[in-house]
Amino acid sequence: MPPSMTKSSANKQINGDVCHRTSNGKTSSRRNGFVKNHCLFQQPQQKSRRPSENDHVVRNASLYNKAFVEQFEETPLLVAVLTYVGYGILTIFGYLRDFLRHWGMEKCHVAREREEQKDFVPLYQDFENFYTRNLYMRIRDNWNRPICSVPGAKMDLLERASKDYNWTFQHTGKVVKDVINMGSYNYLGFAENTGRCADAATESTHEYGVGVGSTRYEMGNLDLHEDLEQLVARFLGVESSMAFGMGFATNSMNIPALAGKGCLILSDELNHASLVLGARLSGSIIRVFKHNNMVSLEKLLRDAIVHGQPRTRRPWKKILILVEGIYSMEGSIVRLPEVIALKERYKAFLYLDEAHSIGALGPRGGGVVDYFGLDPKDVDIMMGTFTKSFGAAGGYIGGKRELIDYLRSHSHSAIYATSMSPPVSQQIITSMKIIMGEDGTTLGGVRLRQLSENTTYFRRKLREMGFIIYGNDDSPVVPMMLYMPAKIGAFGREMLKRNIGTVVVGFPATPIIESRARFCVSAAHTRDILDTALEAISEVGDVLQLKYSRHQRRPHLPSSLGSWSSEESLLQEPNHVKPSVM
Amino acid sequence: LHCDNQWCWAPAYHLVLEGILILWIIRLLFSKTYKLQERSDLTEKEKEDLIEEWQPEPLVPLMSKDHPSLNYDIVTGPPSHKIIVNGKECINFASFNFLGFLDNERVKQKALTSLRRYGVGTCGPRGFYGTFDVHLELEDRLAKFMKTEEAIIYSYGFATIASAIPAYSKRGDIVFVDEAACFSIQKGLQASRSFIKYFKHNDMEDLERLLKEQEIEDQRNPRKARVTRRFIVVEGLYINTADVCPLPDLVKLKYKYKVRIFLEESMSFGVLGEHGRGVTEHFGVNVSSTGTVSLCFPGLMCCVSQRLSGQGYCFSASLPPMLAAAAIEALNIMEEDPEIFTILREKCKHVHKALQEIPGVKVVGEAYAPALHLQLERSSGSRDTDVRMLRSIVDYCLERQIALTLARYLDKEERFLPPPSIRVVVTIEQTEEDIEKAASCIREAALAILK
Repeated sequence: MPPSMTKSSANKQINGDVCHRTSNGKTSSRRNGFVKNHCLFQQPQQKSRRPSENDHVVRNASLYNKAFVEQFEETPLLVAVLTYVGYGILTIFGYLRDFLRHWGMEKCHVAREREEQKDFVPLYQDFENFYTRNLYMRIRDNWNRPICSVPGAKMDLLERASKDYNWTFQHTGKVVKDVINMGSYNYLGFAENTGRCADAATESTHEYGVGVGSTRYEMGNLDLHEDLEQLVARFLGVESSMAFGMGFATNSMNIPALAGKGCLILSDELNHASLVLGARLSGSIIRVFKHNNMVSLEKLLRDAIVHGQPRTRRPWKKILILVEGIYSMEGSIVRLPEVIALKERYKAFLYLDEAHSIGALGPRGGGVVDYFGLDPKDVDIMMGTFTKSFGAAGGYIGGKRELIDYLRSHSHSAIYATSMSPPVSQQIITSMKIIMGEDGTTLGGVRLRQLSENTTYFRRKLREMGFIIYGNDDSPVVPMMLYMPAKIGAFGREMLKRNIGTVVVGFPATPIIESRARFCVSAAHTRDILDTALEAISEVGDVLQLKYSRHQRRPHLPSSLGSWSSEESLLQEPNHVKPSVM
Repeated sequence: LHCDNQWCWAPAYHLVLEGILILWIIRLLFSKTYKLQERSDLTEKEKEDLIEEWQPEPLVPLMSKDHPSLNYDIVTGPPSHKIIVNGKECINFASFNFLGFLDNERVKQKALTSLRRYGVGTCGPRGFYGTFDVHLELEDRLAKFMKTEEAIIYSYGFATIASAIPAYSKRGDIVFVDEAACFSIQKGLQASRSFIKYFKHNDMEDLERLLKEQEIEDQRNPRKARVTRRFIVVEGLYINTADVCPLPDLVKLKYKYKVRIFLEESMSFGVLGEHGRGVTEHFGVNVSSTGTVSLCFPGLMCCVSQRLSGQGYCFSASLPPMLAAAAIEALNIMEEDPEIFTILREKCKHVHKALQEIPGVKVVGEAYAPALHLQLERSSGSRDTDVRMLRSIVDYCLERQIALTLARYLDKEERFLPPPSIRVVVTIEQTEEDIEKAASCIREAALAILK
């Protein structure tokens, strides 16, 4: 087995509690508990051994008030081998065509240096180009598809055609109407051009105009922004909050204000680029723990405190843990109760990025904290974005008053970046009030329930069809494994033929063999829409042979909805639960 | 038995000696011959004590209650020509609303039409159904307007240059950058992990000296030089100093030393040049010869009224379509009526002239720059006192309905911290009376406060 695969499967093993990965790959099973040494979560005793079928270990179940089901089914060996063969063939052909291009036998479409700059150092390295030229270009039509309507449950796409194999696109002038949108992060369906939100945004455009043209600290602090921040604080259940004009920048511009030299940042390996950039800009030392793996995190924490800073051996000034609520490529949910237990035990600070989870999880839409029924005060820094569930743009940071006061004078964004556009702020205010029920209706509650039901239904159906689906059962982000490079393009195109817009992702966004399609379930999807989509997915799945799963769907899994109220969680009797449930 | 007999025959002293030797060997085997250094491994107990002992610093230091940032000025209503600051209607000399598009009815209408068609948010990054036809149109229009091959829009002004730089300049590359470069450039450079060499502000000799040094370095190691990209990063119109980069000289150096130029035009786009095309038009330099990048000129523009803005691009949600639509309309107005740039320049000259010879205060910036700085002629020696004095001037003017603002910086994080200053922004909506009023107000304030 190629090395990278062993690695990735080993990584996944740990985050999937469900020990479905039994057949191949080095699997290790770890027991956790509050026994023996001083670690909260016991360190592994054995590096690897084959788990038996009965080895469904429940970890720290006492910390969870509901079932925590997360699955990452093992890549079948044959599929893995064929995927590598696929990349091999692509690479050979890539070199062949590069050879032809070099000798002028094939037309080269790559942007060329202008004549007078010919002897400058080339702007791109050759390999990066190789990947773009020979792999990405073949399936480029699956990305950046231009849309010309609201990104709601259905959308209109501009039809594109390419005469030179995806090097350039021309718009044919035709519009593909009513494409089912399984790609936008429109979790609560607030991407709308009618209704309360749009009306309110219209009004505030009339009142304030579209831009602000100054920074918060100088002359761009509108009363609207102050209102928004108070509302966000109330929504999150924290003392104070601050809103920023761009979600990406909320991370990349505020982490440097919170950590610096002499600080340690512990970051999940699958954290979003903005968190990674923010951590890098901060000048702190960064260490990476395995995805959602508490044993790995605890080990890093212990080692860090015991050994102090490298070389100087001084104690760390502070330790900041960076995690996300829902990981957008895996569909997994952070093990927040365990992270909080760890952070408290080791006096670290927790930075929780709820970009995908805010609004999309929890009975009140309050994100992962709400989902697990925890106290928001246990999270030091609550960060999230308004782009997804609220159908707007921008991001926020919430927390204690001291934290926000400090950010107001030290955040890069507050001092150097233009403040948020008024209609965008208004969209957030209105949609958030609807979610909270402060508009006097129950529409928000309906949306939240709809999303939750849709998620459960969609995930269950896909699994029953025999697809390999990653992630948590309650996560509206649904990654479906495609593996082979050729299937990335084929799946995207076949789905579009059936009038369904999906997102397909491959290397470098995912490990090289784990290409996948990703669906984002929305409250705006009706059962009909989902059924149509599911039917098409199943059909394409048969044509492309995507139904890789070798597990029979287990007949009984706890329904995510039912267990909200149920005190008698299955956790109490872990032995009865299969696959293992936290 | 036989054996026993033999043992008995051996002389006693021999047996004793052998016995001692055997014991000696055994001792050697089981004892350490040298003292091991004390093992550095800590016991679980010691580790536990260390963990107990460790006290982190608080997440954020405590702020004093009267820190100015805790009470931002609150603006109610549109931040256009007239602005209501802390409940008081003022004439706006603070928002970057050079061309008065912030409250422009046409721009608003286009934004609303777009809102009614697309809603507010895009709910996705550009790659995943976050590309709207308006984005493509705006990019197309910008490329045409700037006469570049292509343009790309980011959703946030600050993130544009900060992510465009690391997109091209990687670890090991060399960037020559002006000392007065704004904060987002500094962040972009930091993210790129390239070697950064600062040259003195607008000092071409200093830059050439650095380039020459690099050339000598390259000759010593030609193999490395073949893969090291080199960039000069400059701003068109510097936001911190309100002056213009000597572009023609930079272009000469570019070809002489084979360095690419990164030009950040947040301030100069839509301001300088006959048609508002920025500093390239201002100097009559062909864009393609400056354009950093021949295949994709990064959309380094923070348009006057909107944030059109460049890792930010792939990973972040795209610009709300209504803002893109507003930017297109703003471009339309700019193309239809290039007169506005002449008017703006006239106003700038006027303001620049009116602010001359105020006792204790000096004007920093070119006469045609729409965002000037007022600095203290003589610093009191302490930055805090200077800031406080300038703030009293601002407050004095606010009282008298002139909205000004201090230029704010992160004192500890700026590479070269500019001296404290008041920002004066010129817009085409300001009338002569407004300007006269503002100038006399500032003069009064300076006389009263700086004495």
